[in-house]
Amino acid sequence: MSEWETVIGLEIHAQLATCSKIFSGSATAYGAPPNTQADLVDLGYPGVLPVLNGQAVRMAVKLGLAIGARIAELSVLARKNYFYPDLPKGYQISQYELPIVSQGSLEIVLEDGQRKRIGITRAHLEEDAGKSLHEGLPGMTGIDLNRAGTPLVEIVSEPDLRSAKEAVAYMKKMHTLVRYLEISDGNMQEGSFRCDANVSVRRAGAQKFGTRAEIKNLNSFRFVERAINFEVARQIELLESGRPVVQETRLYDPDKGETRPMRSKEEANDYRYFPDPDLLPLKVDAALIESVRATLPELPDQKAARFCSEYGLSPYDAGVLTASRELADYYEEVVRAAPADPKLAANWVMGELAAALNKEGIEVSAGRLPAARLAELLKRIADGTISGKIAKEVFELMWSQSTDADAVIESKGLRQITDSAAILRAIEDVMAKNPSQLAEYRAGKDKLFGFFVGQVMKATGGKANPAQLNELLRNKLCG
Amino acid sequence: MSALHTHTLSQLAEGLRRKSFSSVELVGELLARIEKSQPLLNAFISVTAEEALAAARAADRTLAAGDGGALTGVPIAHKDIFCTEGVRTTCGSRMLDNFVSPYDATVVAKLKRAGAVMLGKTNMDEFAMGSSNENSFYGPVRNPWNPQLVPGGSSGGSAAAVAARLVAGATATDTGGSIRQPAALCGITGMKPTYGRVSRYGMVAFASSLDQGGTLTATAADAALMLREMAGFDPRDSTSVETPVPDYVAALEEPIAGLRIGVLAEFFDKGLDAENERCVRAALKVLEGLGAKVTQASLPNLPLSVPVYYVVAPAECSSNLARYDGVRFGHRCENPRDLNDLYRRSRGEGFGAEVKRRVMTGTYVLSAGYYDAYYLKAQRVRALINEDFARAFNGVDVLIGPTTPTPAFPIGAKTSDPITMYLNDIYTIGANLAGLPAISVPCGFVQGLPVGLQIVGPHFSEARVLSAAHAFQRVTDWHTRIPVGYA
Repeated sequence: MSEWETVIGLEIHAQLATCSKIFSGSATAYGAPPNTQADLVDLGYPGVLPVLNGQAVRMAVKLGLAIGARIAELSVLARKNYFYPDLPKGYQISQYELPIVSQGSLEIVLEDGQRKRIGITRAHLEEDAGKSLHEGLPGMTGIDLNRAGTPLVEIVSEPDLRSAKEAVAYMKKMHTLVRYLEISDGNMQEGSFRCDANVSVRRAGAQKFGTRAEIKNLNSFRFVERAINFEVARQIELLESGRPVVQETRLYDPDKGETRPMRSKEEANDYRYFPDPDLLPLKVDAALIESVRATLPELPDQKAARFCSEYGLSPYDAGVLTASRELADYYEEVVRAAPADPKLAANWVMGELAAALNKEGIEVSAGRLPAARLAELLKRIADGTISGKIAKEVFELMWSQSTDADAVIESKGLRQITDSAAILRAIEDVMAKNPSQLAEYRAGKDKLFGFFVGQVMKATGGKANPAQLNELLRNKLCG
Repeated sequence: MSALHTHTLSQLAEGLRRKSFSSVELVGELLARIEKSQPLLNAFISVTAEEALAAARAADRTLAAGDGGALTGVPIAHKDIFCTEGVRTTCGSRMLDNFVSPYDATVVAKLKRAGAVMLGKTNMDEFAMGSSNENSFYGPVRNPWNPQLVPGGSSGGSAAAVAARLVAGATATDTGGSIRQPAALCGITGMKPTYGRVSRYGMVAFASSLDQGGTLTATAADAALMLREMAGFDPRDSTSVETPVPDYVAALEEPIAGLRIGVLAEFFDKGLDAENERCVRAALKVLEGLGAKVTQASLPNLPLSVPVYYVVAPAECSSNLARYDGVRFGHRCENPRDLNDLYRRSRGEGFGAEVKRRVMTGTYVLSAGYYDAYYLKAQRVRALINEDFARAFNGVDVLIGPTTPTPAFPIGAKTSDPITMYLNDIYTIGANLAGLPAISVPCGFVQGLPVGLQIVGPHFSEARVLSAAHAFQRVTDWHTRIPVGYA
């Protein structure tokens, strides 16, 4: 394997979170009954004309600014011509020679912690097509044009990715970014965020790229990884047995875990792109760019860097916490309310909280455990009311009963014992009950210290302050 | 009141306001004339008699109450390329024979709002592709001056209807001359405004960068009246221009003394019929007599306009007509075997020969490997032609020449030779490529057939073009002539 190098470029399609479609006033909401969100423009009726949605333009500009790209002062909307029943006009309005965004980049973190810059060739605006429906229509095809005219931004990367893992890291990073920018909901199940992967392999050290295959319509990170890995293995096997890779479009079958040919280069459409005469060239002036720039939020990388410097977090932890804007906001809310130990807060958000959310398959934004409540718990650790160990118990009850920390601590009597006299009483009691172990310890068997800690903790229901217990026990055992 | 049909649009609007006659009376008379003319002229595809009479009754009530717009109660006809809500809109094609539009084109809505009463939808070359109206699924239109001859195209139905005084004004569209050429061949006034002046929303697209709605009327004053109501920015058409619409009617009387007229050398080429040329030159003398200054002008790249047009227009048409696939509306073949069969037969049966020829030409010039040599090159030459016009307008206010090389020709004379047919538009295409306003007015007769004079102005100079035409019509009577049998 190592003598082959994988080369991948991704074309990511992100649905823009506009209220209405890119060229009509129809709503873009997902899941409406077929053809109820398609007006005459979406249906491509005779005589109708497209009018570009300004909100979609602003979103594309926002993306461009966030990836440090060139925003074209003048870009062109072009027609991509092909016949398909779910393409009402017989052409898709897209951008071809002059896209609105070009020459950007995004940095990803590799497994070894190294950072890598992935070039972004271009990002352009286009309209989505409708959907063909087959289910429940034997021998027929139904057409649902609700999705027709939904605004998309297609983000095309350079062939800079060298493994399926890098491709996934890049796609996740882009996913994070579009959600930070609030230009896409990134919902992959609903198809709001999907990609095509261009995959080829070449001998390590070779200058020329190998022949590529394009895998269409991958709508989960897992599928991207699996599809690319399958495709890489397939291409290497072909080349090693002396057969050529054919340039073609392939589909990934998630059930079988394999890619299959869809159409070859020879069958590829000649799209006959030309500037759409119904739409004037798209002008984006400095004033528009600046007004969009003013709406840019703190970006994931900036936020992560700040988390490192401001809260003393490791780059890894900062990366995890900033992977979504909601999680980062939640974390900061916790820290603001319980500022004593930001690292502890990070551990709790990434540890207990993340595990609990995962288990229920919900997002932090679902509001299951408000940040203020988690902060209360952390404060009880900081002020010595409970130990970290007890805190985990408290957390579980807070989560399952949706109550706050103090209520759990009080009702369950989990308050930590910090009264030295009470701890001493327990120590003496344990010593009295275990005379042989005491004798062994005093004879030099130091390992038994832990035994006594355990016994006292057991006797106090785990509530003894661990530091106090250690100190008192050591003194007492020494006699 | 008799002979209402000989009134101009402006006279009708005035007469209705004064209640000299009623809209019902007027509409009734014209509907009768349409019915009588139809077997010979075939100017209409649909006649909406009942709706027209209902609208006329409503208009009369409005007028009786002393209300109303500029055209309240005035009958007009729409070229069947404009979508009309609830009324069949065929575009002269079998493809849309069953198509009832669910909405009104902006032009239709505006004229409705101004009070105009629609009598019906006029015949046209299929999808506005043609110069003789022989390419209609509904059969050719005949020229009222001589039924053996074509009326011109593609707005042949609108032109014949106005020439035969079936209606005083009709909408039309002009992609390469489709308003001006039939106006010239039928002896009436045809006004094509600046590209972007009139909304294209609801106008079935042929070549989007060239199509422009306009008017066919007897006089320039009528064109001014109608255009004033039709023009204006439309937020639903991104190519319509946000420039205020001047009062074209008020601007009509602007004197033309001192008007600088450029006579286009390229328009007086060897293809121009000698008798046509004589009429046009005589018209120039008339304008000089009114104080206009005539100089020579030249558009060196203009001779390339026909080849440029026959690359650009088919390219856009091939894409614009892709939506007619038998899936959502329009003609669908019987029992398609599969998707390709549905496409092939629906389109094969639905489109006529000229449309197919242009769809194929357009597909070819946009194809990989040919795009640069044809489409891109044509766009470059188009830019040069634009520059030629801009340079010419540095020294003159308007450019004047013939509208067509010859008067009307016999039906069938050019159908087998598309190139000869295309050359009919040689003088009109330039204004479309450059998006300029242009008018054709009657300027004489050759062997009993009308000849057109074309006046082209800079962008958004409609008021100037109309006032020049009006000044000419004040001292000539060519535009008042009515074909024998229709007076």
